[in-house]
Amino acid sequence: MSRRGDWVYENNGGTCVAIAGADYCVIAADTRLSVGYSILTRDHSKICELADKCVLASSGFQGDIKALHKNLAARELLYQHQHNKRMSCPAMAQLLSNTLYYKRFFPYYAFNVLGGLDSEGKGCVFTYDAVGSYERTGYSAQGTGSTLIMPVLDNQLKSPSPLLLPARDAVTPLSETEAIDLVKDVFASATERDIYTGDKLEIVVVNKAGTRREYIDLRKD
Amino acid sequence: MAGYMELPTKGGFDFGLCRRNESLAEKKGLKIPGFLKTGTTIVGLVFKDGVVLGADTRATEGPIVADKNCEKIHFMAPNIYCCGAGTAADTEAVTDMVSSQLQLHRYATGRESRVVTALSLLKSHLFKYQGHVSAALVLGGVDYTGPHLHTVYPHGSTDTLPFATMGSGSLAAMSVFESKYKEGLTREEGIDLVAQAISAGVFNDLGSGSNVDVCVITKGKTEYLRNHLLPNPRTYVSSKGYSFTKGQTEVLYTKITQLKPKVDVAEGGDAMEE
Repeated sequence: MSRRGDWVYENNGGTCVAIAGADYCVIAADTRLSVGYSILTRDHSKICELADKCVLASSGFQGDIKALHKNLAARELLYQHQHNKRMSCPAMAQLLSNTLYYKRFFPYYAFNVLGGLDSEGKGCVFTYDAVGSYERTGYSAQGTGSTLIMPVLDNQLKSPSPLLLPARDAVTPLSETEAIDLVKDVFASATERDIYTGDKLEIVVVNKAGTRREYIDLRKD
Repeated sequence: MAGYMELPTKGGFDFGLCRRNESLAEKKGLKIPGFLKTGTTIVGLVFKDGVVLGADTRATEGPIVADKNCEKIHFMAPNIYCCGAGTAADTEAVTDMVSSQLQLHRYATGRESRVVTALSLLKSHLFKYQGHVSAALVLGGVDYTGPHLHTVYPHGSTDTLPFATMGSGSLAAMSVFESKYKEGLTREEGIDLVAQAISAGVFNDLGSGSNVDVCVITKGKTEYLRNHLLPNPRTYVSSKGYSFTKGQTEVLYTKITQLKPKVDVAEGGDAMEE
């Protein structure tokens, strides 16, 4: 009988995407926060800048996401104090995986995409499930609109299989502007068909010059 | 069992597979296919010279938009229209059925259909099906007795109201009506208020969206304003576009089987019957 009174999670909707390039990384998420059929706010950021070259975007239960981001930001600060440098993206990727698996039996209801530049300055994207299984890829989408977006990215960014030898480069040969154009278009498309995605799109671009932010409007219905 | 004869079903629903469906869902975890619901905001109001009906145009299948521009204001009679919320197939079927019944009735009586006739036909059908026909309707029209507006619920109850809203966006729309409705609105005021109410549903309810349809019914004239408002254009179109050249999808294996030696293709022959 489906009458359990102990469901403590709630899905606040939204979609996150990240694409890695040769010397940049684009991380994007919509800004709509919803519950059930209602909108809580049209202006909520799902993106957290954990380190200067490392950005995390998460969708799912915002209560858990806020806690997760706070946890990771605190750990990164400790790392800075102990090692006199900021955490690299691959290091943060491992930390996130461990943090998620730590709560294996009461998970963070968070679907994460980590993006940034690795120690060589090349773009990297790490994609996660709710309990910490992760993989470095060239691009990823998570959240309610992910099933609408991933096939388009698969078609346009055609990543070689990670099982092929010798190991092929997963990052896309597209330029930064082309990648941003693709991200805007896939989000506009996902907004048409997913009721939980919309309002505004927040795009964060990480490259060797630093980090910049861009916003575009999405459908508000 | 000897001597037991299966009586032919006389219409209605056959609940024979319900127990098997339940056990499949429980034991094998099989997901029952969902119904296409219209999410929806539908409204109606009475103004000085008649009634104005309004509806959004989004049809959803769970969290996905199945139709971005569907028609929720259904024809019942030249002077009666009906907005439908709930399961799309149910609203279509029930309004089509009653519309046909009304036309036959018009032929039999030689008179224009009355809104209360449509109302009685709808409510008795829905009550008979005990709420299993999931149709929540806003019925409006103008007949010899004047303008009428009714709401019909899936279990068969009805209300007669000066203004009404139904669907998942009904609260958003009703908040607009309760603030701004007054008796004796003009045609322009009525259309504007209906458009505002539907827009409230479109923007604040996730089950409603896209465009606003309006239908104005007065004595002797009906105007169906399809897509009266289009407040949700696509926000971004890639200027680069997409190309799907041959070779983008890997072809692993090709095998061509000639059909001719297997099938006799008769040249000419008889034309197919219409």
